[in-house]
Amino acid sequence: MAVRPLLSVPREVKAGVPFEVRILIQHPMETGFRRDAVGGVIARDIIHTFECSVDGEEVFAARLEPAVAANPFLAFSARLERSGTMVLRWVDDRGVEAEERVAIRVV
Amino acid sequence: MWRSAWCRALALLLATLPAGAQEKRSGYDDAGPQVRAMQDDDMANPAFLWVRQGEALWERREGMAGRSCADCHGAVEGMRGVAARHPEFDAARGRVVTLEQRVNLCRTDYQGAAALAPESDALLGITALVGLQSRGMPVAVEVEGAAAAAVARGEAFFRLRQGQLNLSCAQCHDGLAGQSLAGSRIPQGHANAYPIYRLEWQGMGSLHRRLRACLVGVRAEPLGRDDGLLADLELFLAARAAGLVVETPGVRP
Ligand code: HEC
Ligand code: HEC
Repeated sequence: MAVRPLLSVPREVKAGVPFEVRILIQHPMETGFRRDAVGGVIARDIIHTFECSVDGEEVFAARLEPAVAANPFLAFSARLERSGTMVLRWVDDRGVEAEERVAIRVV
Repeated sequence: MWRSAWCRALALLLATLPAGAQEKRSGYDDAGPQVRAMQDDDMANPAFLWVRQGEALWERREGMAGRSCADCHGAVEGMRGVAARHPEFDAARGRVVTLEQRVNLCRTDYQGAAALAPESDALLGITALVGLQSRGMPVAVEVEGAAAAAVARGEAFFRLRQGQLNLSCAQCHDGLAGQSLAGSRIPQGHANAYPIYRLEWQGMGSLHRRLRACLVGVRAEPLGRDDGLLADLELFLAARAAGLVVETPGVRP
């Protein structure tokens, strides 16, 4: 069951003042090193790419590795001069892409 | 791996068994600062991913009756206090019913739907959602009257030495609580935060799964999920935790 992430982003920020973005994504982050009951390798399935942009301009990006635990939690800070739409996007090894959008107003 | 570590570490600990009652402490108090910080923040507690699934299920019409939990129960906030008094002795059924069982009884008897599978995201999610409504309330189960015999059976099991290590729950969780065992601190073994997100599991699990780990740890036979004794034990654990607050959904190492 695909479930939306827990996302915390302020809807209003002050121009140029850093704010925190936090996201918790449900994902098994299967390492590719584990074996199943009959000895077969369980295929790797991790979120490998995470990107965050505002109106097309990148504010944060991360490449995740198999060592990251299941249900990864990412926190980073960003700063805006103008109001815009923040797009958080991630892709896993099965090619599943997901995205969240939040409108942020600079006041 | 940690099971054999348990054996070696225990030999040392049992030699220095302390006596006397301790103040009640939740497993939260024995967890490290990082684990506590995760539990304190609903946006950092992964269990809330399951709570979200529970919220969707609460509203979904299911089964032959085509009714959702909300159709009969209204807003889920109305479930406040329910988890704090579960498990409870159900007079009509003549046995103790845990919160998970209660949910599945509504599925089968009132929704005409299949019971949710043990440890499924759906069952953990809906139980966590109902449990969350009682967060902060003291655990207060009924132990008198018809429940008394069940509590006594649960307590007897708690004090029974079992498994190849020949240990009782009480020896670890009363006698050795606060000591460290193979790198982890032995908690008093209260069940006031279930279902939990456990870092070692990298996922969510029920109290049954936790108890299974303890029983396998002493190399005893785990209790079956539908064994009435499991519900009795869960009721005794709740009685033993009386006064601690419900933390559902908790985070544990
Ligand atoms: C050998 C010692 C030992 C025995 C015996 C033992 N446990 Fe545990 N138990 C632990 C440890 C250690 C933990 C903490 C988790 C961990 O790190 O493995 C724990 C955790 C728990 C928890 C979870 C507490 C929380 O805060 O979430 C419960 C409940 C529990 N035990 C109940 C029991 C019951 C009931 C029995 C008897 C059937 C039992 N335990 C037998 C060592 C033991
Ligand atoms: C057709 C109506 C109906 C539906 C649908 C229904 N329930 Fe119930 N529920 C009841 C009744 C009636 C009771 C009272 C106990 C009994 O008779 O078993 C109850 C009791 C409960 C209780 C215990 C409440 C208490 O005060 O102790 C819980 C928890 C619960 N239901 C959860 C759920 C959940 C979760 C769902 C959806 C998966 C659900 N119910 C769907 C009718 C329903």
